Amino acid sequence: MNAPQIVMRATGLVKRYGQVTALDGADFELRAGEILAVIGDNGAGKSSLIKCLSGATIPDEGEIQLDGRDIHFRSPIDARRLGIETVYQDLAVAPAMTIAENLFLGRELRRAGFLGKVLRMLDKKEMLEQSIARMNDLKVGIRSMTQAVETLSGGQRQCVAVARAAAFAEHVVILDEPTAALGVKEGNMVLELIRRVRDKGLPVVLISHNMPHVFEIADRIHVARLGKRGTVLNPKKISMSDTVAVMTGALRPEDLPAESLAL
Amino acid sequence: MKSLKEKLPSIGTLGPFIALLIACVFFATQTERFLTGANLSLILQQVMVVGVIAIGQTLIVLTAGIDLSCGMVMALGGIVMTKFAVELGVPVPLAILAGIAVTALFGLVNGLLVTRIKLPPFIVTLGTLNIAFAVTQLYSNSQTVTDLPPAMTWLGNTFALGGTEIGYGSVLMVLLYLGVWFYLSETASGRHIYAAGNNAEATRLTGIPTERVLLGVYVLAGVFYGIASLLAVSRVGVGDPNAGQTENLDAITAVVLGGTSLFGGRGMILGSLVGAVVVGVLRNGLTLMGVSSVYQVLITGILVILAVTIDQLSRKGGR
Repeated sequence: MNAPQIVMRATGLVKRYGQVTALDGADFELRAGEILAVIGDNGAGKSSLIKCLSGATIPDEGEIQLDGRDIHFRSPIDARRLGIETVYQDLAVAPAMTIAENLFLGRELRRAGFLGKVLRMLDKKEMLEQSIARMNDLKVGIRSMTQAVETLSGGQRQCVAVARAAAFAEHVVILDEPTAALGVKEGNMVLELIRRVRDKGLPVVLISHNMPHVFEIADRIHVARLGKRGTVLNPKKISMSDTVAVMTGALRPEDLPAESLAL
Repeated sequence: MKSLKEKLPSIGTLGPFIALLIACVFFATQTERFLTGANLSLILQQVMVVGVIAIGQTLIVLTAGIDLSCGMVMALGGIVMTKFAVELGVPVPLAILAGIAVTALFGLVNGLLVTRIKLPPFIVTLGTLNIAFAVTQLYSNSQTVTDLPPAMTWLGNTFALGGTEIGYGSVLMVLLYLGVWFYLSETASGRHIYAAGNNAEATRLTGIPTERVLLGVYVLAGVFYGIASLLAVSRVGVGDPNAGQTENLDAITAVVLGGTSLFGGRGMILGSLVGAVVVGVLRNGLTLMGVSSVYQVLITGILVILAVTIDQLSRKGGR
């Protein structure tokens, strides 16, 4: 087996909140071109891990590497500058603003010359054209980029958020529960989009409680347990019920056949 | 391609214009003097103070805040600039800047309390409303400041255009509206005000410093109150410690009538201009009809509640 290329790696992450140790030496590895699901019981350190990877919190100890280089985030903006885009659950968009405005929120394009430099005027036409191109690229079937996000269905909104992340991420896309609170059809629409993001070559970290969704699209499953990485599973070689058993501690990873693991 | 429906402005944005039209048609049929150039120009001069305060108020309401102190802060600015010029002999431009600095400082205090200590804007500005009022009375000894240098009231002068006298102050108000309209719709930091008011957390997570946007908005609003102080001083020709009492609520009324949502993130700055004119037209028209000023207050009160109700109902329908 040839060694897969590692895009993002974290080793020995520790995060304490007062007396509580949320992360207790957690490791993490994301390979090029994969969808890595991150699952775990409440309190297993899943969200703390993701916050460390997306720059939302700073770990007390441990190292994070991106493409082999050591990186230190101080904020989500740092992570974004390094090409890591995160879609946070329920918090992704400004509903009264248009799709194009949401795509470019915080990284607006300005006009050239006097209008842009002195009057700081936005280049709305260019942003609109790029929005259309990027959404077409990901086959998100939304007719008009000038409609307000609130006119979209829940699934379409989530697609806008995922597409925004995918359009601007250079290295990694992190998705926090992207299919929570969506119906079956809408959920599938988002899963389909996530697959297209992966197929474009961007690795995706997917945090989800939805086991059928995880098994449908994940290439590997990172199981967070007791503040550490419990193990990494191969969804093609293990059943959903065994995965839940590993997650809750009912089944020890050591007792699994070697082919079920994907470390 | 945009559909025709998207190109047409929605009923919500047309609301203030319809209200203005109805009010004008009504008063035109009631009194002959209403639709004269001189009277319409007078209305613009009467609304310029409320209009400019409403610019600052609109910015704050767009962030889902509210500023109850606007009129009182404006009054304090007027007292500071007139007293500096008359009693301390400070050159007029510097005295004006000192007044604007004080109103901007009040904006800064409001903004810091809202963004740093996370106090609700309603309560913060209710406090600064009283503080500004008290400081104004103490500093002025509740005395009107008179004998102003002519340069200080220059904006109250008029020029003739096609036989109608137009106030410089009204022109300044319209220019300020156009400038802020450009800022809000065509620049990134203007759009960030909408975004922060619409979904503060999502905006913060895209890397926009939401709190700095908010703080900037409060300071900027203070600057507009300061400009309004100058307009008020120019209009009445004195520094009046009791100014701002009707302007306070009229400015909020103008913003709400203008279609800016109190829930933040939605609204048009030019709507506030129309809203301010509607308030002015009502006061002017009712005065011409000989209606007691108490009824003007009554009608403005009803109008605010009506406008907020429309806002609330249209939000529900929009979801």
